[in-house]
Amino acid sequence: MPVASPTIEILRAPAERMRGVAEIAARHSGEVDREGRFPQEAVDALKAERLLGVMVPKRFGGEGLSLIETAELCTILGQACGSTAMIYAMHQIKASSLVSHGGSSPWHADFMRELVEQQHLLASATTEGGIGGDLRNSICAVNVADGRFTLEKDATVISYGLYADAILVTCRRSPDAQSSDQSMVVVKRGDYTLDKTTGWDTLGMRGTCSEGFRLVSAGDAAQIFPQPFSEIAAQSMLSASHILWGAVWFGIAADAVARAQAYVRAAARKQPGSLPPGALRLAEVVAMLQDMKASVIAGVVRYEAAMSRPDELSSMGFAAEMNNLKVTTSQRAAQIVTHAMLITGLSGYKNDTPFSVGRHLRDVTSAAIMISNDRILSNTSNLLLVSRFDTSLVN
Amino acid sequence: MRDRIRKLIAERKVVAVDVDTLTDTSDLYEAGLSSFASIQFMLALEDEFDIEFPERMLTRKTFVSIESIDRSIAELIGEQV
Repeated sequence: MPVASPTIEILRAPAERMRGVAEIAARHSGEVDREGRFPQEAVDALKAERLLGVMVPKRFGGEGLSLIETAELCTILGQACGSTAMIYAMHQIKASSLVSHGGSSPWHADFMRELVEQQHLLASATTEGGIGGDLRNSICAVNVADGRFTLEKDATVISYGLYADAILVTCRRSPDAQSSDQSMVVVKRGDYTLDKTTGWDTLGMRGTCSEGFRLVSAGDAAQIFPQPFSEIAAQSMLSASHILWGAVWFGIAADAVARAQAYVRAAARKQPGSLPPGALRLAEVVAMLQDMKASVIAGVVRYEAAMSRPDELSSMGFAAEMNNLKVTTSQRAAQIVTHAMLITGLSGYKNDTPFSVGRHLRDVTSAAIMISNDRILSNTSNLLLVSRFDTSLVN
Repeated sequence: MRDRIRKLIAERKVVAVDVDTLTDTSDLYEAGLSSFASIQFMLALEDEFDIEFPERMLTRKTFVSIESIDRSIAELIGEQV
């Protein structure tokens, strides 16, 4: 009697799978950018390669990838299409909140299993009309009665909201809670309706489709995270956001530098024996890229040292360092891509050459304003009134 | 000491509710303590008690309630004598 052999799913290494997705993303990046449309082909490929649940711990069916391993995946994708990479990073930031805070809640643990099985794409609804990008305050509140919740939000930005399978929504903990006393709720497709309120015709990152919606939702009260949102924001969202965004921007910057290098090498081959005019600037921009890489890696090292200590993750010194990581990498990325354009000249400025860096430049300008650097610096300046920065080289 | 902490909370309008409605263990963040107000409050505490909060105390947990603030200040004053 034949015995069915157990099915063992052997997945290739995540980075190898991501390189395949990046090829697809690169093929469609021009059109996604021109038409400002969702990168459906690349997101389908991410799902087919089972890359959406990689951060989920193995005990819930995932691959238990660390933040640095996930950051590398963001960088690979960022070299192909900034919008797709940012969508992937935003999804993983939401996933990291589930991983860090959902394990002890049966509903969220089940949801993690479901995320892996069905490759759910997670979106975020933190921005709100009347509050703007200050994600640590909410106007809307979740209402709980008889084990069910209802929640309505004027969400002025939900990136790829129409294409997501679930949305993590911030709100006040109850209708009588203060604006800073917040919860986060997981609403699944079917739990909510979205009425579009604003569009997304932007300079760059045109494929993220970060439109505004009126969100109306209802579901099981167990879908509300048991921890206050303040803990989630401080202990997982802040570091995951700034590290994974930095990884995306590094990918975009690295691809622009690769194009600049290809341009200089082509020029060198045409004029043997002499150094092309852009060669010196190339050396300069490679140094800038290396410096940016060091910032991202230092951020990861700092995070890994703090990750198992909730007190450290909630400390002001840690928040200040993570804030600085975002400000520094966002500025650096824009400088690097601008530099790459100086090297590639008209060939880089045009949209239809192998050396084009226009999309990179437009995409990367979003870095300084997605959570405005001014808001972050003002927050850090407040922290520095009491917190003393770390003067050691090695912690 | 707790009375002095309460007085500061009231004077500096640190929270969104009347300080008399707070117990010593009430969660100040739930009472509307924002991150900006919390820093201003820490500076006021440092001034009032002539102390400096070391880095290890600059966490949410230290400032979560009147009781936890009292405990931290007592520890710092204890270290000074």
